Amino acid sequence: MRKIVLSLVILLFSMSGAMAADPVKIGMITTLSTKAGYLGEDIRDGFKLAIDQGQGKLGNIPVELMVEDDGRKPEKGRQIAERFMKRDKAQILTGIVFSNVAMAVVPKIVRSGAFYVSPNAGPSKLAGKGCDKNYFNVAWQNDNLHEAVGQYVTEKKYNNVYLLAPNYPAGKDALAGFKRFYKGKVAGEVYTTLGQSDYAAELASLRAAKPDAVYFFLPGGMGINFIKQYAQAGLNETTPLFGPAFSFDERILKAVGDAAVGVVNGSQWSADLDTPENMAFVAAFRKAYGRTPTLYASQGYDAALLIGSALAAVKGDVSQSDAFRAALEKADFPTVRGAFKFGKNHHPVQDIYVREVIKDEQGNFTNRLLKKVFTDHADAYGPECSMK
Amino acid sequence: MINRKAVINVLGLLIFLLLPPLTQLFGQEYLLSLFSRILIYGLAAASLDLILGYGGMVSLGHAVFMGIGGYSVGILAFHSYESTAFMSWPLLISGTENALLVWPVAVLAAAFFGLVTGAICLRTKGMHFIMITLAFAQMAYYFFVSLSTYGGSDGLSLYNRNTMPLFDLGSDVTFYYLCLGILLVFLLMGHRLMQSHFGRVISGCRENEQRVQVLGFASYRYKLACYTFAAAAAGLAGALLANQGEFVSPGLMHWTKSGEIMVMVLLGGMGTLTGPVLGAATLLLMEDFLAMYTEHWMVILGPFLIVVVLFAKRGLYGLLTGAGGRHD
Amino acid sequence: MLLFIEQLLNGLQLGVMLFLMSAGLTLVFGIMQVINLAHGSFYMIGAYVAATVAARSGSFLLGMAVALPVAAAVGMTVELTVLRRLYKRDHLDQVLATFGLIFFFNELTRIIWGRQPLFMDIPAWLGGAVELLPGVHYPVYRLAIILVGVLVALFLYLLFSRTRLGMQIRAGASNREMVAALGVNIRLLYTLVFGLGTMLAALAGIMAGPILAVEAGMGESILILTFVVIVIGGIGSVRGALIGALLVGMVDTMGRAFLPDVLRFVFSPATADTLGASLSSMSVYIFMAMVLTFKPAGLFPAHN
Repeated sequence: MRKIVLSLVILLFSMSGAMAADPVKIGMITTLSTKAGYLGEDIRDGFKLAIDQGQGKLGNIPVELMVEDDGRKPEKGRQIAERFMKRDKAQILTGIVFSNVAMAVVPKIVRSGAFYVSPNAGPSKLAGKGCDKNYFNVAWQNDNLHEAVGQYVTEKKYNNVYLLAPNYPAGKDALAGFKRFYKGKVAGEVYTTLGQSDYAAELASLRAAKPDAVYFFLPGGMGINFIKQYAQAGLNETTPLFGPAFSFDERILKAVGDAAVGVVNGSQWSADLDTPENMAFVAAFRKAYGRTPTLYASQGYDAALLIGSALAAVKGDVSQSDAFRAALEKADFPTVRGAFKFGKNHHPVQDIYVREVIKDEQGNFTNRLLKKVFTDHADAYGPECSMK
Repeated sequence: MINRKAVINVLGLLIFLLLPPLTQLFGQEYLLSLFSRILIYGLAAASLDLILGYGGMVSLGHAVFMGIGGYSVGILAFHSYESTAFMSWPLLISGTENALLVWPVAVLAAAFFGLVTGAICLRTKGMHFIMITLAFAQMAYYFFVSLSTYGGSDGLSLYNRNTMPLFDLGSDVTFYYLCLGILLVFLLMGHRLMQSHFGRVISGCRENEQRVQVLGFASYRYKLACYTFAAAAAGLAGALLANQGEFVSPGLMHWTKSGEIMVMVLLGGMGTLTGPVLGAATLLLMEDFLAMYTEHWMVILGPFLIVVVLFAKRGLYGLLTGAGGRHD
Repeated sequence: MLLFIEQLLNGLQLGVMLFLMSAGLTLVFGIMQVINLAHGSFYMIGAYVAATVAARSGSFLLGMAVALPVAAAVGMTVELTVLRRLYKRDHLDQVLATFGLIFFFNELTRIIWGRQPLFMDIPAWLGGAVELLPGVHYPVYRLAIILVGVLVALFLYLLFSRTRLGMQIRAGASNREMVAALGVNIRLLYTLVFGLGTMLAALAGIMAGPILAVEAGMGESILILTFVVIVIGGIGSVRGALIGALLVGMVDTMGRAFLPDVLRFVFSPATADTLGASLSSMSVYIFMAMVLTFKPAGLFPAHN
């Protein structure tokens, strides 16, 4: 009985969904639940802000944004993607936060002819061998921010750096990215358990190795734990800490407090990046949501603007896929990053900075731009991509 | 009165049989993949029911067998695509995408892991059994997470589904019916098995293992055989799931996945074999459904589970059929 | 050598943290025979409430003073509305219901506090580090955790061996009907025990708050380890929980600290790092599997 009722309701519900077909549909598969839920929330809010500013339009074309939580599960993400494409006939998808979800979902989307614009995850495979004409990454390739810090640490003449990351592919890629530009010695290279919360043992070994700096990549709550415990062990007074922006976004900083002040981190964007577009974006985001945007929010916003620029070029007719793709490739949109273009593998060629965590006059923790490390930096996997 | 249980079963079967034409009629083909997943999880949950519901062996590591089945498909497809050998010594094993070869491998691999770990786990009982099955599952999980050749925690993407003579597995309808067929065969086999002498010994072990031993049965061997059989079936479910989603990752064997499968069994009604399929359908449909309406869907799903526990003592299937279900 | 001593302390401290969590769980299991998966949720609630109050008032102790009764109240409400009806039911019904509770509480914290992890700092008077031995600096706060653990162990020991309430609880565990017939209000007793278990979980959460991320779902990260502890120690035994917790804390810490180095004697550094990382992730589970293979009922099985 229950089965019948449920399936009938589903059918009815889905029919009503398929009828209204006027605005261009954009499907956003993102992570709203689990510990990492705030990442998806910021991407979504950034994206929505762009739509709201255009009064429901992107590139002057009416759009309908459908958002759904993938719970960080690859198979659920795939399920949602299939529904967006088959039921709602969405031809543009976006939103995925995590590489493992992207690896499961993106190939399916692009092979069925739809477009995917990534506002976050940029696994090396999709930038290299697995690149696709319908896949665009508007954030970064996963290694980029680590590379920038590697370069900066080398410039600053640090010569004996201790490395720490979780024992999973993104962790190994992160340290590989760092080492691609870091020229000094490695004092130690430690891989921790994914999801680990106590780092006392690692910190004791780290102290014993006497490095002159520490580079770590521990996304989400792991980073919060690590930074707090690093400071509590008194290590921040003797050994400077470096990391990617992922552990120093404005929402994590709130949870870490003073422990992160002074840490230098790599990012392609910062709230204080002084361009008119960015200043307007930061002010509008603060007004709309009452908090400072994170880099994820900026990526969501840029993704929306990029899609808008391409929609305008084809007057909302995504079925002209060649024209739509050509317009995306041009990347002719008012980015909040100052400058942005795509490499031939559809990944960003952009400037990358290092920022320093500060406590501003109001007592909020935020980042201040320190230095531009790379100009027009492209990822290392482009040559493996067979496009053009 | 006609047997309510039979009516429910026939109705359920009819719905599953008619689903593909119905979805085509309404232009909702995307539902097929959701229902294929329901069938696959139904298979996994029913296999867990064999040991949990009938045998009283509460395993919190059942998803590991799905993971092993899935990885068998994924790894062999990976080597087939890269044209490299999986193993070159002592004998040469190259990759393949032929389902008739790959799926039996998946089943055997899962059964073997079940046999070895089961032999150790079954020395314990109750809560300890729960935790030791969990321990082996976690070990396998961390093993695959750090296995960077095969993608580590990012998992492995397949380029297409396995191939099979006569059937085009790439077609969602064919694949759906294949899953349905496999599930039905398993349910019938499981049912026959539990009615048999073997099944009575297994149920006896749940009720009173000492008595079974006094009667002269080597209860340990019976339980181990049952555990291995359930592992094999879950391995097949894993192989199907890897084909359905063209993807496999260690997330498939995380303890939360084992927990989900267990919830499917309990929600549907344990010791019924068909109940867990209903449980799988309910849980997956609710997940998919509630998420469409609210991002805070878990705040509804949680209390729903509690209400089912409090008011449907034998699970949803027991509620529907008015009978069936377990002892008590 | 100094490093080894420091790692021993780290293992001890992790063990004490695990003991705080598992004492409540094993108490509830040993006395009411309830498998409570939602134990981690109370840990989370404790941390959230304490972090909120501490942020508003600036006082860690006030945060703790508010969080403990709040968590106990939530726990007792759960006992009264849900768990009470499940005492006589199968363990699996309890598993399913408390699994539902996990979903509910995680999402509820997300609704109330948002998705943003909360900030909680070490109180100033517990900040800094002391030099225990020449060259071994240890954070004061982590020493405080060890102290709290010792106090809790002492409190539970006195409660059970020296007080009337403790005697009633123990009697209620071994023969419910008999104790009820003697005029003890067993239902109230159970509610109180559950409240106590919840409070212990919340205490662990509060103590963990300043060193860990306070976020929805934080309970599940430690829940499984807690179960590992009580299974190794012997279910229902507080003494077992203490020893199990210390063993798990040591195995985990020593594995993380020294396994890669040990493996370097045999393998190349890169292989040793990867292999060491994987093995140390598994070390606790391997340890548990070994214990249960040789002692299927755990190290200190409780009376029944």
